Amino acid sequence: MDIRKIANLARLELTDDEAARYEPQLEQILHHVEQLKKVNIEGIEPTAHATPIFDVIREDVTHGESFTQEEALANAPAVVQGQIKMPKVVE
Amino acid sequence: MNPAELSISQLRAAYQSGDLNPADAINSLTEAIVAKDDAIGGYLSYDTETALAEAAAADISLPLGGVPIAIKDLINVKGHPASCASKILDGKYTAPYDATVIRKLREAGAIPFGRANMDEFAMGSSNENSGIKPCKNPHDLNRIPGGSSGGSAAVVAANTAIAALGSDTGGSIRQPASHCGVVGLKPTYGRVSRYGLVAFASSLDQIGPLTKSVEDAALLLEVIAGSDAKDSTCLDEPVPKYSEFVGQDIKGLKVGLPKEYFAEGLHPLVKERVEKAIQYLESQGAETVEISLPNTEHAVATYYIIATAEASANLARFDGVRYGHRTSESPQDPEDNKLIYHYKHSRAEGFGDEVKRRILLGTYVLSSGYADEYYKRAQKVRTLIRDDFSNAFEQVDVIASPVAPTPAFKVGEKSTDPLAMYLADIYTISTNLAGICGISVPCGTVSEDGSDLPVGLQLLGKPLGEADILKVGAVVEAGQKS
Repeated sequence: MDIRKIANLARLELTDDEAARYEPQLEQILHHVEQLKKVNIEGIEPTAHATPIFDVIREDVTHGESFTQEEALANAPAVVQGQIKMPKVVE
Repeated sequence: MNPAELSISQLRAAYQSGDLNPADAINSLTEAIVAKDDAIGGYLSYDTETALAEAAAADISLPLGGVPIAIKDLINVKGHPASCASKILDGKYTAPYDATVIRKLREAGAIPFGRANMDEFAMGSSNENSGIKPCKNPHDLNRIPGGSSGGSAAVVAANTAIAALGSDTGGSIRQPASHCGVVGLKPTYGRVSRYGLVAFASSLDQIGPLTKSVEDAALLLEVIAGSDAKDSTCLDEPVPKYSEFVGQDIKGLKVGLPKEYFAEGLHPLVKERVEKAIQYLESQGAETVEISLPNTEHAVATYYIIATAEASANLARFDGVRYGHRTSESPQDPEDNKLIYHYKHSRAEGFGDEVKRRILLGTYVLSSGYADEYYKRAQKVRTLIRDDFSNAFEQVDVIASPVAPTPAFKVGEKSTDPLAMYLADIYTISTNLAGICGISVPCGTVSEDGSDLPVGLQLLGKPLGEADILKVGAVVEAGQKS
């Protein structure tokens, strides 16, 4: 496993210490899951959900209460002029 | 009478007779928390003032009128913090809405009181992964309470709560219930709405009760179960009056004993307690049948692929933009993409070790070139595991087994070996993969190093078979008292 590549895909910055600790642990877990390769899955359908639930459809109308702008922004790390403020990320 | 020590049904009776009122319960719990919780660490926070205001307005004629319920810290209660025991949310998030289970609890008159400790984002089996503080087993403070709902189980066991809600993705209600000597029920997938539950693995997560008695588990379940327009995976099926099944006889009921769950690796004294409880069920008229769940050996591998894959997607929402921790660092290298730097540092500073490991594993098994080999394959093996249970339930009404292979282990014993920790989930994990229901009921203790450590009996039921496992669980409980 290329742990730096995976960490980048996962948007996680890893310290050298973390990378050195996680890599053998993850390799060990992957070694354990190798056993699934022995299982005969020929013709078996995958299970995504334990209970067969199909599309649930409703009218496209607002139900019940909605957040006010203030409530929607209450947990934001930084707010300016009623909007979430971000550090500058584009030049 | 110390109100904190009462069960839901006992507290309700004391309210009805006028011996106690809801404020007595809140005050008694607060005293108990102040006296005991520094050592146990079962709560991340609690708000006596708000609870007393709700107690003053409580309508005790309602099914849970004035009954305080501790809430695992990943269920949203409007105005309360919900940290998921993670630094990424701790002190940075106040729930802006009630989860559906909380709405239903409130409609039944209950008072959400106290935020129960847990493994960070419900990832763990020992509560050692709490990003805030460890939680200890009230029966032996050198041991783990189990996880991930370790706080929920510990506060019920320590009588610092009347009852609690937890969540179970691979055993996270049943295993801590077993280790702490309380009742813990994981409902059928879709029985209880997940709206307002912070998602770990969406196809596996269910909210359920941790209580001092089987009757209490039934009382809580009949309030929180039922369809919900806000969770499309929630089943539109009638909710039985579960408490009416408590006390019914089990004559002729068929109990399956999966041979794979009694094989090597099971602590001999745990096995003995579990077998004794099963013998009691036989003495009460149940018929036991040996069954086989042949794909059990693949359950842990299947689970840790599916659960981490789902977690890696679910936890992508923690990006330091809309809520939660945001890094104060900015890139020094002009080559760095500023937005990606922002995400990577905000997440790295907020998440703990186990959460990072699982996100990495989940990202890997879903990554290009590996998704078929790992994720797709695991989903197919999941079908085989589910079929094992469907086949078993053609022969039997419920399945009985241990919950965990050993009693509660010592703090630190497995914390550096994630795989060893995962393998201890072997008896509980398949339940979630199959989507069926399960309960842990105390069935005795094992003495180790001078401590009496609780052991639970696990009863698994068919999809929507909660009434069956509650009925049998109540017989197990009665057997312990006889």
